[in-house]
Amino acid sequence: MAPFEHPPKSDCAGEAGARTCPYSPSPPLGRRTPGVVAAGLLLLVAGVGPPAALAQLPTYGVGRPPTVEEVKAWDLTIPPDGQGLPQGSGTAALGKPIYAQRCASCHGDKGEDPKYRVLTGGRRTLTAAELPKNVDWLLGGEPALTIGSFWQYATTLWSYINRSQPFDEPGSLRADEVYAVTAYLLHLNGVIGENDVIDAKTLPQVKMPNRDGFVPDARPDVGKTAGTRKR
Amino acid sequence: MNPSAPQPERPSSSRRRFIKHGIALGAALAAGRAAPAPAQSRPAPDDPSKVVGGPMLPYGERSRFEEALREKGPPSMPDEWGGNFTPLGEMLGTITPSALHFEVCRGGVPTIDPKKHRLLIHGMVDRPLILTIDEIRRLPSTSRILFLECAGNTRSGWQAPMAPSVQFTHGLTSCTEWTGVALSLLLREAGAGKSASWIVAEGADATGNERSIPMAKAMDDVLVAYGQNGEALRPGNGYPLRLIVPGWEGNINTKWLRRIKVVDSPYMTRMESPDHTSLMPDGKARQFLFVMEAKSVITFPSGAQRLPGLGFYEIKGLAWSGRGLVRRVEVSADGGKTWRDAKLQAPLLRFAHARFRLDWRWDGREAVLQSRCTDETGYVQPTLAELVKVRGVNSIYHNNAIQSWKVAADGIVHNVHV
Repeated sequence: MAPFEHPPKSDCAGEAGARTCPYSPSPPLGRRTPGVVAAGLLLLVAGVGPPAALAQLPTYGVGRPPTVEEVKAWDLTIPPDGQGLPQGSGTAALGKPIYAQRCASCHGDKGEDPKYRVLTGGRRTLTAAELPKNVDWLLGGEPALTIGSFWQYATTLWSYINRSQPFDEPGSLRADEVYAVTAYLLHLNGVIGENDVIDAKTLPQVKMPNRDGFVPDARPDVGKTAGTRKR
Repeated sequence: MNPSAPQPERPSSSRRRFIKHGIALGAALAAGRAAPAPAQSRPAPDDPSKVVGGPMLPYGERSRFEEALREKGPPSMPDEWGGNFTPLGEMLGTITPSALHFEVCRGGVPTIDPKKHRLLIHGMVDRPLILTIDEIRRLPSTSRILFLECAGNTRSGWQAPMAPSVQFTHGLTSCTEWTGVALSLLLREAGAGKSASWIVAEGADATGNERSIPMAKAMDDVLVAYGQNGEALRPGNGYPLRLIVPGWEGNINTKWLRRIKVVDSPYMTRMESPDHTSLMPDGKARQFLFVMEAKSVITFPSGAQRLPGLGFYEIKGLAWSGRGLVRRVEVSADGGKTWRDAKLQAPLLRFAHARFRLDWRWDGREAVLQSRCTDETGYVQPTLAELVKVRGVNSIYHNNAIQSWKVAADGIVHNVHV
């Protein structure tokens, strides 16, 4: 692409062109009127800082505000509190046939296939001397860290399936289907019952078995600088 | 150069030799990977001074006699998923050519029209913003030479020395001059709220690769980059826009960046909650392991290479630290019993690969070569035993142990644990 092909633009230009600016960006310094600069100097000389609101104004005024639709289309990541989960619901019973059709070819009928990523099993294996391993000369001995044995939050599962699965058709499941497949995987891992309803309210309330299994970074953890990490 | 002096064999030919001799691991990866068709198809004349040469090209290619290639693994995974490893054993100096910079993808390399690409900044901001690439390029820019290392680099080495070459033990690190806009500038432009403590960055590819980043780092030295070694980013490295987070694990350096949400807590995404956490022997997993700790590796002589005879060689390698400057690199030729200081190539840059070199004379006996670096914090690169004692062998990520290469009596170099 051409590195730079802009005609001179107004302060709030960009894609929106001459669209009315919802906020008033301060012009670049070079275009400030001498009076404004002088007033600023006067404030500084007087020992008074610029008003807080003025300090918050954008410096460059490049870009435009997004539309509500633009934010909604991309704002898909779901945090642990479930903020942003859409309407809809599902159960494991409803999710089973969807999973069989859209997911099982890669992950196995019950999420047991280690070909790409094993999704089920492995409970209570995290401290065992011999974790189940998928030994690969490039990946190394990989412990079986499944949804049931390892994942912290059910919202992560929903968010990832919704945004990125199935592998060959990412983002193609409807909200009800995502709730149902999520419920099925939680059920396969023994976290919820077959007919428990998973929706925007219940999903964040699911407590994953390994919810409390995480600790902060402790590095440097070897050598003479061990334990010197500043927090 | 004295033509009678023993010359190290070209690594690519030694790799071929290795495969020919039936080393199944290397062969499994190399299978089906033919060299690309040479663009310069003219035969090389016996005396190039007696023949008019070929035309100059609008976009340059390397000599057709050069064969260094990235190699993708693991072979069990689809082409769109996995790592594409930099051939560190064949790299010179400190900068990784863009065409050989490592890549990790979990949903393929997306095709993105820069005219249609947008960066959205929203969440806890006074002024949500959407920017085109051209608009981002209008803003004040900066360039920095920085290493980028995948958190899973050297993951195969926890339990056994399984990978045959430095390409596969350490090839998920590269070093590049990145150009872009300070993320802090964009966050200020959008008026990021004072109570915001994290951002969530998301890519435009099939997986999204969402990651939460503490606001302190986001406002410190993170780049929103569009340039790689003097031209636009390569597609596999995030074209047209990516985050560059100096010294932090590769996965957080979000490629194909399309969205930054300013928030007040980490979002516990797929790539930071189950993945990129490290399981400790007590069953607890460490989370938010951002910094890549100090690490070094000898790139010559290294695994699957072969020394053709006794005599002089220059030991060469790379060192880097996610905590800043590399201060010192020491080299051992006896498995860590004695150490000598290597020469460090100036200028040394914070968060960049440092090239180290040391003259060495091989006496033909078995030798175990190692390097260890010390960074500006005084941290010394640990042995594998020291790491395993604390972390066990199931932590997957952040293996920065001292690498050992055994030069056998026949000159072939092997990956070993000592």
